[in-house]
Amino acid sequence: MNELQIILTETSARLFGEHVTKEVLEAAEKGAWPDDLWAAVEENGLTKPLVPDAQGGAGAGWAEAFVILHAAGSFAAPIPLAETIIAGRLLSLAGIDTPPGPLSVAPVGKAETLRLEAKGGGRIGGAASAVPWGGKVEHVAVLAEKEGELHVALIARDAYIAEGDRNIAGEARDRIIFDDSPVVAAAPAGDGITREAIWLMGALARVAQMAGGIGRILAESVRYANHREQFGRPIARFQAIQHQLAVLASHAAAADMAAESAALALDAGDAAFEIACAKVVTGEAAGLGAAIAHQVHGAIGFTYEHALHFITRRLWSWRAEFGAENAWAERIGRDVAARGADALWSDLTARQAG
Amino acid sequence: MGTIRFEPCTLPPAAEALRAEVREFLTATLGDYSAIERAQSWTGTDADFSRKVGARGWIGMTWPKAYGGHERSALERYVVLEEMLAAGAPVAAHWVADRQSGPLLLRFGTEDQRKRFLPPIIRGESYFCIGMSEPDVGSDLASIRAKAEKTDGGWIVNGTKLWTSKAHYAHFMIALIRTGRDPDDRHAGLSQFLIDMGSSGITVRPIRNLIGEEQFNEVVFEDVFVPDDMLIGAAGAGWSQVTAELALERSGPDRYLSSYRLLVELIREIAKEPTERATIGVGRLVARLATLRQMSISVAGMIEAGASPALEGALVKELGGVFEQDIPRIAHDLIGAAPLAEGGGDFDRVLAYLTQASVAFSLRGGTREILRAIIARGLELR
Repeated sequence: MNELQIILTETSARLFGEHVTKEVLEAAEKGAWPDDLWAAVEENGLTKPLVPDAQGGAGAGWAEAFVILHAAGSFAAPIPLAETIIAGRLLSLAGIDTPPGPLSVAPVGKAETLRLEAKGGGRIGGAASAVPWGGKVEHVAVLAEKEGELHVALIARDAYIAEGDRNIAGEARDRIIFDDSPVVAAAPAGDGITREAIWLMGALARVAQMAGGIGRILAESVRYANHREQFGRPIARFQAIQHQLAVLASHAAAADMAAESAALALDAGDAAFEIACAKVVTGEAAGLGAAIAHQVHGAIGFTYEHALHFITRRLWSWRAEFGAENAWAERIGRDVAARGADALWSDLTARQAG
Repeated sequence: MGTIRFEPCTLPPAAEALRAEVREFLTATLGDYSAIERAQSWTGTDADFSRKVGARGWIGMTWPKAYGGHERSALERYVVLEEMLAAGAPVAAHWVADRQSGPLLLRFGTEDQRKRFLPPIIRGESYFCIGMSEPDVGSDLASIRAKAEKTDGGWIVNGTKLWTSKAHYAHFMIALIRTGRDPDDRHAGLSQFLIDMGSSGITVRPIRNLIGEEQFNEVVFEDVFVPDDMLIGAAGAGWSQVTAELALERSGPDRYLSSYRLLVELIREIAKEPTERATIGVGRLVARLATLRQMSISVAGMIEAGASPALEGALVKELGGVFEQDIPRIAHDLIGAAPLAEGGGDFDRVLAYLTQASVAFSLRGGTREILRAIIARGLELR
């Protein structure tokens, strides 16, 4: 880790540890906005790692965004931090100032098209579904077409309608509707800003959050197994428990490696392969890890009272968002098959040579 | 629970430059090697090949020049190993000595032992086997019974070692032998010896495996004289030495590439008509391969930095072993062709070989159950 990553890791862990309490998590699920948590995150400069210094951001990269999102996932922080970070990236590449407050991005489904009006471009129409935190944020950054060209536009919350869906973790996944809505700012999309880019950044963000969450449920499961006694001894002494936790640990490690490697790859350039691999590996680890953590925790982990589900319900949601494992695996498999069996090793070693 | 951290590591330009040399060498040397021969991975044996690898300076790469080593980095060594494995090169003859016997002697051996044993290993001319398990012992190494009794100028060894890979081929065995007993400490009283496999009193009996190969053996010692200067490290310190040795054994690319040839043949097969189901299955495997490779490089990076990543090595072996065994299972799921021992194409033959051989991938070098217990200890489960 570089120095900034270390500082951000420590800051994030301290801040989330202090503000993401069980009460805050429960209240967030009932629809309350965690003011103190958001204020602390914003004051500590965790919301704009990818926005350049000159535009009021940290001017860092995905390596740094990764450690912030990893920590957010590990604490199940109930705020649109991933979405705010991606929106900031989108806006800054288009030369639009990133406003303070929570942000989201749209569209996140590939087939949907938003349109800026041809003349002036000050108004937008169309709808986008499953927008994370769509109704909870203060602004949304969108990709929209104007006369066949992609633009980035910033729209304030009071200018669009949000119809509330929620994922199983209680996080808003809203359909947002623009009906001749005014935009705060719009500009031609910068280089490399496409729907695919949003999809990749979204997948990377979920991967980072999942890796953090999986690490957390491993730590919680180890702690629980060491304390919970059955048949006169801690259940950690039973081989059946030890072996399950060893498997969980191996997947947690794989998730971390895949996720961080994907973040570094995106800083270096094209990271479609690494992000695809990471979404597959981390998604598999999320499903398997959640199952093991619950098995080890027994009935208490199935209660609402116990906090384990705040992580596991997020893992089950996040692994499907921005493309589930199979969607990414198919991309990888198709490319590998097209390149041919004998290219696999040389392609892999060349890609990972950095 | 302590922190588990796989620091991302990129291979340096010097290591990448070496890759091209190794590929060129392998293309020239293994040109007519068949898919099924390559599928044997690091259990394939070819003395001529090992000598050529030694001549290129690719055995004992990180060892001191004083013993004929090349003082190259752990990352350069990593590149050589993974290129050999990806190509399915017959590295078995020198593999054990390069991976664990040489490093063990560097760490615990005497100066005379290093001077005598390392140079021929580095030339690819001296092969080692590892005598650990025994009848009725399995993975429980503290219960071994082969014993060495002190005599004038040396030790008299009696007992039996079992499952010893390549004992019929090796020049020396590094054997874990009982030299004493402590009723309060079952790990005490064990010692490691270098045993010349040409000594009188040694009988090597090959044990056919279920594929019909003769890879592992029963080795019987009857009053075998082992000179004093063949004791490794301190008498009675065998347990801690073996523990360190096994940690070396766990971390390399040989722990996730053993079924690599089948993945290649599977891709060749599905590329003929890539269905959605087949591309998903292959895509998932490639994602795991890419991640395992990064983890393995990360471990090599930690070793290069002077750390002892025992837990990380165990985690890579755990994931790698499952991956190596999943490849034949998934190949069966996706293609459904009957594995053929004779006839058929490369895919059928390689599938047949690895369906059978992969059973051992979670047994050799310590069973999966032992490995998971080691990880559990690393997680501070108590």
